[in-house]
Amino acid sequence: MTVADAIPGKRNKAGGQAGAAAARGEARVLVRFEAVTKRFSGFTAVDKLSLDIFDGEFFALLGPSGCGKTTLLRMLAGFETPDEGRILLDGEDISGVPPYRRPVNMMFQSYALFPHLNVEHNIAFGLRQEHLSKAEIAARVKEALALTRLEGLQHRKPHQLSGGQRQRVALARCLVKRPRVLLLDEPLAALDRRLREDTRFELVDLQSKLGLTFIIVTHDQEEAMSLADRIGVMNHGQLAQVAPPPVIYEQPHSRWVAQFVGDVNLIGGKVVSTDVGGMLVDSAVGRLRVKQANEARPGDTIWVALRPEKLRITREPPPGEDNRIAGTVWDIGYLGDISLYQVKSDAGAVFKASVANLTRLVERPVTWDDRVWLTFTPEAAVVLTK
Amino acid sequence: MTREDNTWRARLVVILPYAWLAAFFLAPFLIVLKISLSQTALAQPPYEPVFDLAAGWQGLKDFAAGLSFDNFRLLTSDSLYLDSYLRSLIIAAVSTAMLLLVGFPIAYALSRMPGRLQTVLVVLVILPFWTSFLIRVYAWMNILQREGLLNEALRALGIIDEPLAWLASDTAIYIGIVYSYLPFMVLPIYATLEKLDESLLEAAADLGCPPWKAFWKVTVPLALPGVAAGALLCFIPIVGEFVIPDLLGGSEQLMIGQVMWTEFFANRDWPAASAVAVVLLCLLIVPVVIYQQMQLRTIEENR
Repeated sequence: MTVADAIPGKRNKAGGQAGAAAARGEARVLVRFEAVTKRFSGFTAVDKLSLDIFDGEFFALLGPSGCGKTTLLRMLAGFETPDEGRILLDGEDISGVPPYRRPVNMMFQSYALFPHLNVEHNIAFGLRQEHLSKAEIAARVKEALALTRLEGLQHRKPHQLSGGQRQRVALARCLVKRPRVLLLDEPLAALDRRLREDTRFELVDLQSKLGLTFIIVTHDQEEAMSLADRIGVMNHGQLAQVAPPPVIYEQPHSRWVAQFVGDVNLIGGKVVSTDVGGMLVDSAVGRLRVKQANEARPGDTIWVALRPEKLRITREPPPGEDNRIAGTVWDIGYLGDISLYQVKSDAGAVFKASVANLTRLVERPVTWDDRVWLTFTPEAAVVLTK
Repeated sequence: MTREDNTWRARLVVILPYAWLAAFFLAPFLIVLKISLSQTALAQPPYEPVFDLAAGWQGLKDFAAGLSFDNFRLLTSDSLYLDSYLRSLIIAAVSTAMLLLVGFPIAYALSRMPGRLQTVLVVLVILPFWTSFLIRVYAWMNILQREGLLNEALRALGIIDEPLAWLASDTAIYIGIVYSYLPFMVLPIYATLEKLDESLLEAAADLGCPPWKAFWKVTVPLALPGVAAGALLCFIPIVGEFVIPDLLGGSEQLMIGQVMWTEFFANRDWPAASAVAVVLLCLLIVPVVIYQQMQLRTIEENR
């Protein structure tokens, strides 16, 4: 499965509505970071970062390790205090509020289940701190067990559970508190691939069922794409781009975002001329026609970004003068559902193109060392100015 | 390597420690047990009957007939023994409790220190072992005596006018024991606390526990195995402690270790001393068995 397959049609209803409402500027801001900075002994983990997260939204913080995404989450949970800036929850500054008084719960990457307590007591742990009646605690624990499909396991200790079960206990332990915001730090990182994919759908399902605000931290773009209403891509303590998943993928802001999220071919060039909604670009691999509104002026240096699945490989020279790159097949990676071709252009750069394997592969129509042409439509390319 | 070779080697690995225990623990214990059933005599060795292989079957029968439980009867008839046993158990229990009160905070503080400092401080905890135990107890005699360091310091601070009699009192025994056994309490507790996952405390805070409550509900329960090990490591040797009560304590009431010493060396009554030792051993098996049951239960639970 490629990243592109994961984009459409997976938005959950409640979250989708919140996301759509957010786009129209109608949603209520639940969490607001205002120019938040956090330094650790000379190293700036989060750098004057501002961000609004809306009520009922499923928000993903995506970035490479060390980009400050976990620090941001930990500041919201109350484990770290910002050096500068404010964090508002429901319009109130929560800077001075200790973690045990914040209506926010966090699911830890290690799950942090209490090893001396069984599943039931782990889940009830947070409720016991709220001085609820025994009957109420029992009822809510039962509800949480049902919600996370853990019935029958309530007397097990954490080490007697499988990885997936442990993950669900950690989730139940947070959900049972009915937090205003649920924070998830790499919640699926410890699960194997198949389980991870199933769990993703469960998470989205839970979030829409409960109408809660989820903030997830992840370095896995597929995870962010399939889960979130909006993604905040982070780098060096700053947000590189905040947008819904299709926009992040199809309209990245910068070369960095384009390269971090999915595979991309970047072609440097100069703008020759612009017209309504498009431009002509002069590059080392020939003249490129791109249909995309952009502020670039003729003469500007820009980059044309092309996702591998947007390139077509043909053996016959395509008609026309624009958007065609001549080259030789350099390598083929067979991934089952798709084949990833590496084509070395005559100009020297290597391009990646993915081809869906629509029929059973007996003999490749295009194979090693073949002379080929790469083509793409003007709508498939994105122009990047930074 | 063949399979037989393997099982043979595996057996050897199991047999070796058992053989060691049999030779150096079980055999001496059986000898002590035998002496406890003998009578004292003005002879070499100072008890009878002595088992004589040369006398053959008749000798064995005579030997068996010569054994009796008289010494154990003696232990119950004289309140000196009972009082000493009780006193030893009480002193051991009270000082174990005090060691826990002093040792737990030290172990906890150690485990919260930054890594490099931790290593240094752990070495400092073990450092007293570099000096002979006996010399350290003598040093305490010096500190606690009438014109000693403690009284001088208290007087200089204006807390007391007249020097207090610290030495030859239970207070001195407790001071000596708590000082001497502290590492045995601190180290096992530190070992469990040091392994404690920091994120568990964060999770507790996240779920609504203020720090003190997280300490009670997470840190303490997870430290219990270390506490049990430390308590056992202190309690058992303290019950049989001889040097500390003998050097620092008074002479009117004795701990069982002192009674044993008197029987052996002052009275030269080996059988009575052996009987005291056998009963003490039986008493000390009780906490060990309880501890083992606890461990067995956790293993069962964790299966």
